[in-house]
Amino acid sequence: MNNKKLNLILLGLALVAPLVLYPVFLMKVLCFALFACAFNLLLGFSGLLSFGHAVFLGSGSYITGYLMLSVEGLTPEVAILAGVAVSAAIGFVYGKLAVKREGIYFAMVTLALAQLAFFFYLQAPFTGGEDGIQGIPRGKLFGVIDLSDNLVMYYFVLAVFIGGFALIYRTIHSPFGQVMKAIRENEPRAISLGYKVNQYKLLCFVISATLAGLAGSTKALVFQLASLTDVHWFMSGEVVLMTLLGGMGTIWGPVLGAGTIVTLQNALAAGPLGNYIHVIMGVVFVICVLAFRNGLVGELQKLVKRNF
Amino acid sequence: MSRDIILESRNLVKEFKGFTAVDDVNLQVERGTIHALIGPNGAGKTTVFNLLTKFLTPTRGQLLFNGQDITKKSSDAIARMGIVRSFQISAVFAHLTVLENVRVALQRKRNDSLFFWRSEKCLDELNDRAVELLESVGLAPFANARAVDLPYGRKRSLEIATTLALDPELLLLDEPTQGMGHEDVGVVAELIKKVGQDRTILMVEHNLNVVADLSDRITVLQRGAVLTEGDYAEVSADPRVREAYMGVEADEQPTKLHAVDKTDTDSDTMEASA
Ligand SMILES: Nc1ncnc2c1ncn2[C@@H]1O[C@H](COP(=O)(O)OP(=O)(O)OP(=O)(O)O)[C@@H](O)[C@H]1O
Ligand SMILES: [Mg+2]
Repeated sequence: MNNKKLNLILLGLALVAPLVLYPVFLMKVLCFALFACAFNLLLGFSGLLSFGHAVFLGSGSYITGYLMLSVEGLTPEVAILAGVAVSAAIGFVYGKLAVKREGIYFAMVTLALAQLAFFFYLQAPFTGGEDGIQGIPRGKLFGVIDLSDNLVMYYFVLAVFIGGFALIYRTIHSPFGQVMKAIRENEPRAISLGYKVNQYKLLCFVISATLAGLAGSTKALVFQLASLTDVHWFMSGEVVLMTLLGGMGTIWGPVLGAGTIVTLQNALAAGPLGNYIHVIMGVVFVICVLAFRNGLVGELQKLVKRNF
Repeated sequence: MSRDIILESRNLVKEFKGFTAVDDVNLQVERGTIHALIGPNGAGKTTVFNLLTKFLTPTRGQLLFNGQDITKKSSDAIARMGIVRSFQISAVFAHLTVLENVRVALQRKRNDSLFFWRSEKCLDELNDRAVELLESVGLAPFANARAVDLPYGRKRSLEIATTLALDPELLLLDEPTQGMGHEDVGVVAELIKKVGQDRTILMVEHNLNVVADLSDRITVLQRGAVLTEGDYAEVSADPRVREAYMGVEADEQPTKLHAVDKTDTDSDTMEASA
């Protein structure tokens, strides 16, 4: 019950937030939060550390952006679905190649595959190379609701986020989620019970890639831009940072982590320290790995336990 | 009249970088029996288990289950065929509850385990059966505890309950009573006897009291090779077995036969019920 109350309060806050904060900032947070949640589904619930998740974000972003720009009268939901489908397909192929490996080898394979995709997008004519795809129209949702207004767009992004988040929540609390947890806890035991563990890991990978794609597609519409930053390995690193900072394997951790990082980046970019953004992110990363291994959510839980 | 063999290994060999851990083992497990695999530490018992369930790939040799060649099958496929093993080092799903541990095994035979869009509430129909299984190993009162919080002996019981949940045709138990206190050993031995009535069990066991009590047939392994095979009386009368176990002269009393690496309490139990 407590959880339900908390969820309602959070929903209320999200609904009134654009009255206080810039909608574009909020949308950025939501997109990255969804991206981090998708990543966390894989890391926190299957123990697989992907170091190439930017591919899925970037693919969603490029496909949706390209379609919106080049197909006359295309509605955004169709363009998003197309971006998501492509991310899912790439997720399936990459997942097939990667889930057989374990630990560091899994991370290396995902990184290598992501680099492959990066160079493809760099060379492919439709992505606009270094410039990216600019001036992407947001279009009319279902041909009716004009998304060009930031406030309208915000509520659309919020709906997308809630949908993605709900799917992740359900996945964790499903028969499939139970098996995933068992595999994470003790893989040999899960095998000895007769589970084809690679099949489960693959499905988890594909769901994660699909939702990362959804985050990317949405992000392309928000900023009306799809660029190489989205597929760069920096981005793959950033989502690791967001998840670890917030608390991996927790449901709210990635959201908190994404919010913190985006806020920090915005604050820094505006100030005199703008050039040192990567250095500062690096320091944040080191501190969070060394000092609070359970992330912000873990620390908060400790605080609550101590004081109540 | 040929015996009904459920599991057979033919000339099974496992080499680790020049070291032969399993050396030409021909094992035949008869259907409906409790078959014990014993031998001193490092004899290769766990390695044999790993080969039978394909957690390790044999260097040479053949494995047959119900007459079917399973040498090339994967571990999970072998489990689905009906050979389910437990592990020497207690293998539970630490952060799942005791009930969930058993339920994960029960869940495997359903076809909804890939359904990520369904609520886990649909698994609640398995709870009754799960509690039944927990009752059979005395764990029902702990159903909602996390597995990691159980004492070691109870973790082993949980592992057995989880294995039984799959209702396997052949159970491979790697030292099911290891690390258990007196009472638990008794409970688990009873349980093995009970489930052994309509199933085949191959078990590695150091507590020779349990072995004597339960097994129809015993295979003794030493340095990877089969030293001898027979029922308890035959095996324990074999001077080579006592020597392998204790490094003592052959004229000692068979009743004193016990594993040297076990604790005193285990030996006490043995003598008590022998
Ligand atoms: N993966 C491996 N690589 C190299 N050597 C191994 C490996 N696994 C087992 N061995 C060796 O094979 C031998 C047999 O080991 P195994 O674990 O099968 O013995 P065991 O009979 O189960 O002993 P215990 O009674 O102590 O459980 C040992 O000498 C061990 O060191
Ligand atoms: Mg062993």
